Amino acid sequence: MSEIRTMLAETVNRLLADIVTAEMLTKAEQGDWPEALWRAVEDNGLTMPLVSEKNGGVGCDWLDAMVVLHGAGRYSAPIPLAETILASWLLDRADLQPPMGPMSFASGAENAELQFKAVGTNWQISGTAERVPWGSTVEHLVVLAPMAGELRVGLVKKGCFEVTSSQNMAKEPRDTLVFNNAPVELVGVATGLPDDSGRLFGALLRAIQIGGALERSLHESVLYVNDRTQFGKPIGKFQAVQQNLAQLADEVAAVGAAGTAACAVIDMALKGQAEVDMVFRIAAAKARASEAAGKAASIAHQAHGAFGFTYEHILHFSTRRLWSWRAEYGTGDFWAEKLGQQVVDIGADNLWLHMTATD
Amino acid sequence: MQTFNFDPVELPPAAATLRQEVREFLIEHNAQRSPLARAQSWSGSDPDFSRKMGERGWIGMVWPKKYGGQERTSFERYVLLEEMLVAGAPVGAHWVADRQSGPLLINFGTEAQRQKYLPPVTRGEMFYCIGMSEPDSGSDLASVRTKATKVDGGYLINGRKIWTSGAHTAHTMIALFRTRTNENNRHDGLSQFILDLREPDGTDLKEKNGIFVRPITSMLGEHHFNEVTFEDAFVPDTQLVGSEHNGWSQVMAELAFERSGPERYLSSIQLLLEMIKSLSDNPTAQGHTAIGRLVAHLITLRQMSVSVAGKLNAGEDPALEGSIVKDLGAVFEQEIPTIAQQTFGVEPTLGDGSDLEQVMGFLVQNSVSYSLRGGTREILRGIIARGLGLR
Repeated sequence: MSEIRTMLAETVNRLLADIVTAEMLTKAEQGDWPEALWRAVEDNGLTMPLVSEKNGGVGCDWLDAMVVLHGAGRYSAPIPLAETILASWLLDRADLQPPMGPMSFASGAENAELQFKAVGTNWQISGTAERVPWGSTVEHLVVLAPMAGELRVGLVKKGCFEVTSSQNMAKEPRDTLVFNNAPVELVGVATGLPDDSGRLFGALLRAIQIGGALERSLHESVLYVNDRTQFGKPIGKFQAVQQNLAQLADEVAAVGAAGTAACAVIDMALKGQAEVDMVFRIAAAKARASEAAGKAASIAHQAHGAFGFTYEHILHFSTRRLWSWRAEYGTGDFWAEKLGQQVVDIGADNLWLHMTATD
Repeated sequence: MQTFNFDPVELPPAAATLRQEVREFLIEHNAQRSPLARAQSWSGSDPDFSRKMGERGWIGMVWPKKYGGQERTSFERYVLLEEMLVAGAPVGAHWVADRQSGPLLINFGTEAQRQKYLPPVTRGEMFYCIGMSEPDSGSDLASVRTKATKVDGGYLINGRKIWTSGAHTAHTMIALFRTRTNENNRHDGLSQFILDLREPDGTDLKEKNGIFVRPITSMLGEHHFNEVTFEDAFVPDTQLVGSEHNGWSQVMAELAFERSGPERYLSSIQLLLEMIKSLSDNPTAQGHTAIGRLVAHLITLRQMSVSVAGKLNAGEDPALEGSIVKDLGAVFEQEIPTIAQQTFGVEPTLGDGSDLEQVMGFLVQNSVSYSLRGGTREILRGIIARGLGLR
């Protein structure tokens, strides 16, 4: 691991392990904004790892940022940390300087009505964006929409759009936002990114966060089965339980590797190295992570018995996120079909060539 | 908190050059083989093909030059293996010598043993088999009972090995025998030996040396396995590998290299490729989803396997990660035939039918063994559970 990656990992784990308690998660589900947590991650430079130094960031690559995203998933951080990391990066790709404070993003590729409009020297945005994560909470929203062959990126301030609140299964905000000639504060064109970058990188965020939540589920399961005694010994001593948790570990490892493979390829693509196929790897990562989420959540719950089914136990904060995140920004099957189409286009004779082209 | 690191590995530029050379070699020497023949994967054996690889310096390629090797990196060897496996090339004849017997002799053998037993391997002229399992010793390898009794100038071997792949064709066997019994420690008192089964020219030495081989036919009707019986088989002292009674730790070191290679997830790749071809002719959304899901697993497993290769290259001991690769790899290899059937609704066939049907017919049956060989699924999951702190 690079030095910066080790440092980010230590920082994110230390901060979140200390601050994100079951009590905080419960309050957040009741609508409390955990300002102390946000302050801690922002003050420690975790919100803009991907932003270049000239735009006020740290200039890390995706493999570095993955460490923070993974931590956000592992500790169920009830703040838009992943969304802010992506939104700030999208602004940076358009050479715009990201503001401080929590951000999220909405994309015209998935919300067809969402469109930019030039009004004199200013820009406005109109249309509706559905299920925007933390849309009701954030200070700023990054809006993406393809326009005249380019991917246009704009920054819209809170209060300039109407909000209808909703939530995912984990009670994270997933809101409908209506823009009616909303003023755009900053605008630019993102280079080197596909039109559907909102869904594509949204899928990557969730794939990596799933990896974190899976790791936590494994950790809680190991603690529980070593502690819970039945028939005179810890239930973790029973082979049936051991074999299940080994399979849970398999899934944790696989999702981590799939995310790593995707981030490594994105970093190559952004350095302009040859023809690098980002979609191929991100589709694989989200398909693999979404499949693992269901399988692993059920093993973790089985290991925890009835205690894991209570609100009092911390496990559900991870598993409810797993069940939500596996569907967000495209289900496993959605990305598998996309990947499968691409594989058939590549052809059986060239599949391996394609897979090894980014070594 | 338990974490697994499958860090990305940057392959050296020499690996990319080699990959191209191997692809060209395969176009010349493997293009004519049928998909069904390719589906044999590393069980497919062709001594001529091995000799051609030997001429290119591709067997034992990481070994010291003085033993016929090329001193190339383990990453180059990895690239060679994955290209051979994806192409379904018949690498079986030299496979075990290249993967584990050669490294064993380099680590623990005497200079005379290395001089005699390594160079012919690199030329593709000497093939090995491994005598480990016995009728009453499968997963519980420490229970082996075949005895090597010390006599003047050597040992007398009595007992029986089983599931010995290629014992009927191999020149050389590396076998694990019990040289003493220690009531308090079953791992003590095991020793490894080199046994000559054939002369370099192929002349059979087995019966003359008290070694008797009986074929065991698999449920597919194929002969890869054997039962090998030793009746007062004499082995000279010079054939002991490493230290007497210390065979257990030597075998464990040998097995570490056996769990995470590309052969642990690519055994059913020919069927996946046939599925892609069939889908090109007749595309369906269900088919795309099924293929995409499998390729997502393929990409993930390769990332994991290459990453473990990186750890091995750096001298780390990724026993846990290696077991995870093998466990997930076998699940992947075994679900491909089932998914092929669900996706295309065709019947697996034997001897006739389309390439897809024939490859499916072979792999439906053969893949049963993929979670048995080299450490069963249950043993691997036990190793993983130990890594998690459950035992």
